[in-house]
Amino acid sequence: MGRITLDKVTKSFGEVNVIPPLDLTINDGEFVVFVGPSGCGKSTLLRLIAGLEDVTSGQIRIDGEDATDMPPAKRGLAMVFQSYALYPHMSVRKNIAFPMKMAGMPQDEQNHRIEAAAKSLNLTDYLDRRPGQLSGGQRQRVAIGRAIVREPSAFLFDEPLSNLDAALRVNMRLEISELHNALKTTMIYVTHDQVEAMTMADKIVVLRAGNIEQVGSPLDLYHSPQNEFVAGFIGSPKMNLIRGAEAAKHGVATIGIRPEHLAASTESGLWQGTVGVAEHLGSDTFLHVHDHGLGEEPLTVRVDGEMPVRHGDRIFLTPDESKLHRFDKQGLRA
Amino acid sequence: MATKASRAAARLMISPAVLLLLGWMIVPLSMTLYFSFLRYNLLMPGMEEFTGWTNYRFFLTDPAFTAALWNTLLLVGGVLLITTVGGTLLALLMDQPFWGQGIVRILVIAPFFVMPTVSALVWKNMFMNPVNGLFAHLAKFFGLQPYDFLAQAPLGSIIFIVSWQWLPFATLILLTALQSLDQEQLEAAEMDGAGPLSRFFYIMVPHLARAITVVILIQTIFLLSVFAEILVTTNGGPGVASTNLTYLIYMQSLLQFDVGGGSAGGVVAIILANIVAIFLMRMIGKNLEA
Repeated sequence: MGRITLDKVTKSFGEVNVIPPLDLTINDGEFVVFVGPSGCGKSTLLRLIAGLEDVTSGQIRIDGEDATDMPPAKRGLAMVFQSYALYPHMSVRKNIAFPMKMAGMPQDEQNHRIEAAAKSLNLTDYLDRRPGQLSGGQRQRVAIGRAIVREPSAFLFDEPLSNLDAALRVNMRLEISELHNALKTTMIYVTHDQVEAMTMADKIVVLRAGNIEQVGSPLDLYHSPQNEFVAGFIGSPKMNLIRGAEAAKHGVATIGIRPEHLAASTESGLWQGTVGVAEHLGSDTFLHVHDHGLGEEPLTVRVDGEMPVRHGDRIFLTPDESKLHRFDKQGLRA
Repeated sequence: MATKASRAAARLMISPAVLLLLGWMIVPLSMTLYFSFLRYNLLMPGMEEFTGWTNYRFFLTDPAFTAALWNTLLLVGGVLLITTVGGTLLALLMDQPFWGQGIVRILVIAPFFVMPTVSALVWKNMFMNPVNGLFAHLAKFFGLQPYDFLAQAPLGSIIFIVSWQWLPFATLILLTALQSLDQEQLEAAEMDGAGPLSRFFYIMVPHLARAITVVILIQTIFLLSVFAEILVTTNGGPGVASTNLTYLIYMQSLLQFDVGGGSAGGVVAIILANIVAIFLMRMIGKNLEA
């Protein structure tokens, strides 16, 4: 019902090649997140799937049917935009009804679906308001409601939470995940926030400059990143990447160790350095360690929230050898 | 900023401008009112006397008045219709990317910079003249009888000339409004299954409502007082076929030297303009609310 296959899809804007040949399969009912830094082509990829941009070459199949040249409305997909793209002159009810009205659905069925969507999204009291009278989170829910009522074969989300404040973002993240569990519909979600990707996805697609760097479950990407880019992108705070002599000891060009896999001690350890900024989160403290002689970049290390360290203290660090990531000269996992 | 002292100072400093503007408005208005109750003809100086409502009775019962009233409404309504519909369509066209866009946009605004007298004369002599005009030559080329626009369809011709002048204004305002439409809304509508026509009527037209309202209100103010185009083309004729209220008042006071009658006509015109304004605001004023 919502299996989407991209077959050697490319996209160029004039001379600029945004997406080199790309293959990807999204299975029915999966929650797939496209993640990558700004300008990596993730939104373009989503718009290609939606049909808002034409592919330069290659084929897009939805449920086995060639959809490459199908207009957006015929693809049976619903999209939630970053700006929500609500129609400002229509009430919430009319906004949600719009796709059904365009499809010529009978009025009874329309009302029924509107009521159902409004109930599940907590919008019942706001149906007669205009979008301008709603808060950011409510607008977001209206946009989702407008997508739900069409009963699409897949939902496309284009950075839907980036305009919300931090607390609301966490809430909406949960709501969207709940929605996915309730509907079991395929969802494709674009974000540059790797926390959103990690928390929501069944499958993460990491993109860089239009290329797929790695596809896998959140924990796959966390435990075995295929290259330096994925290693540095997934996980918060970022993985420490160490080059030069220390890496050569392990027979590779670069070694990576996550902040949570470094053991810190004030007495003894393999590496030593000076504590710079300490970020106290309560449960954990993140230390930025300088002057460790392993490279220019400070090392980040996670320690217990109770550890009594201050700016300028000496500290010793020992990496957990079993959690060490090794990368060769090309940046690939060795 | 909002302390008592600063507010008082603001009032004090703004008062000269307000008083000046008030005087500028109130003096001519009261003189017009005063003259409208006088028998005041420039051909009989020194014979002014109070006549009560006589001037009004004469002006309002003049058959030319009814004709002029209809002509005014037809002129305003016709030009508004042509410029808003035409302006919307032109704006849609110019919103598409095409080669030479910048030049075309400048060319489109050009008619607005031509003085009304000049443009009316150009249309009258170079296009609509039944002997030398371009349209006459065209008609003759196709073996047709040249059409004497200003004699056969005087009001229609004037509506056409005035529309030509105001179309660029409407186009430009509507074009900028169209450009401020969020592209994601159009894309969302496209995803929702709306075709080009549905997108136009459900998304673009409501978005343009406010700009269209502004165009209508501004144009109405200027169109109620169209004068130069009539003076240089038809002189209000044949008969009173292209006389509007402004032109009728001009004839009354300056061609017949009847200051009293002209003033009464002026007061009537003010009242009518206010009636039009009230109707307009009732009909489309809500579009201006945020």
